[in-house]
Amino acid sequence: METRFTRGKSAILERALTRPKTEVGAGAFALLFSEMVQYCQSRVYSVSELQARLADMGHSVGASLLDVLVLREKNGKRETKVLNILLFIKVSVWKALFGKEADKLEQANDDDKTYYIIEKEPLVNAFISVPKENSTLNCAAFTGGIVEAILTHSGFPAKVTVHWHKGTTFMIKFDESVIARDKALDGR
Amino acid sequence: MARQSTRSTDSKKMNSELFTLTYGALVTQLCKDYENDEEVNKQLDKMGYNIGVRLIEDFLARSSVGRCQDFRETADVIAKVAFKMYLGITPSVTNWSPAGDEFSLILESNPLVDFVELPDNHSNLVYSNLLCGVLRGALEMVQMAVEVRFAQDTLRGDNVTEIRMKFIKRIEENLPAGDE
Repeated sequence: METRFTRGKSAILERALTRPKTEVGAGAFALLFSEMVQYCQSRVYSVSELQARLADMGHSVGASLLDVLVLREKNGKRETKVLNILLFIKVSVWKALFGKEADKLEQANDDDKTYYIIEKEPLVNAFISVPKENSTLNCAAFTGGIVEAILTHSGFPAKVTVHWHKGTTFMIKFDESVIARDKALDGR
Repeated sequence: MARQSTRSTDSKKMNSELFTLTYGALVTQLCKDYENDEEVNKQLDKMGYNIGVRLIEDFLARSSVGRCQDFRETADVIAKVAFKMYLGITPSVTNWSPAGDEFSLILESNPLVDFVELPDNHSNLVYSNLLCGVLRGALEMVQMAVEVRFAQDTLRGDNVTEIRMKFIKRIEENLPAGDE
């Protein structure tokens, strides 16, 4: 049994959620992220496994971030529409994480379940040079994991994959039920 | 040379929350991968060491700090320049040992532990142990062997976070045979 949240009265619960913005050096993050990638790499056999591991870590970041962002930016109100949650990610989430909006948000021409968030130069890739023999590796899989967790925990189950296209493209494929629900909401 | 002059010496900043949560994700993963807290502490220290070894170069390039005359100056540079540059905080330097070879860095806030609570079953985890490795690694690259450990930690209910650093020795440079 996991014994979590056992310290009844922890000081952390007394702190305000809205607090002055604090900053750290980008170099510190770059080095930390690089260690993470190396650590993951030492425990996997393939690029896809490595990306899956990074995405896993992104998941736990996204899950922790969602609540605090919804409270801060939206006064606790949750999004119910696909387009709004995507804009929430493009604007609020990106600003909180990277200090800027994502470059682009697009919908696939031929598929109403698929959307793309495009980022020319993701911060996490800024200091990473991809080795030639693993040219498909994109460490922004970590960011992909964050996005996937935020969508999933907001009630929009989706799969997010990362591709080298126009910089880095996050391909978001929503679950059928999400799109069906969205259409039903539109119909009312 | 031209390249150097175009690069700003002021390092880029980013929101600390992404950093904090990312570190949290890493520690969580380590806790899943390793059997006990001691192993996790060791792994964190190792990763910190790797970071420190690379960080010192970045630090010297950006800060244009020269060689330190003594350990006291080193302590000041670590607290006022390095911590400020990378973590955005300025710990205070206190509790010098009479011999002047050991001191404490007191961190009033520690960006690594925002949002963090230690569960009871991880009572031996030194959550921020990465920092010890970073300090050790970075100083080793400037020929100083030091011992670094957490003496107090707010996560364990102490009032402040205290990192204790002890100077061990100067590392003599071993030049490869044939080099002047």
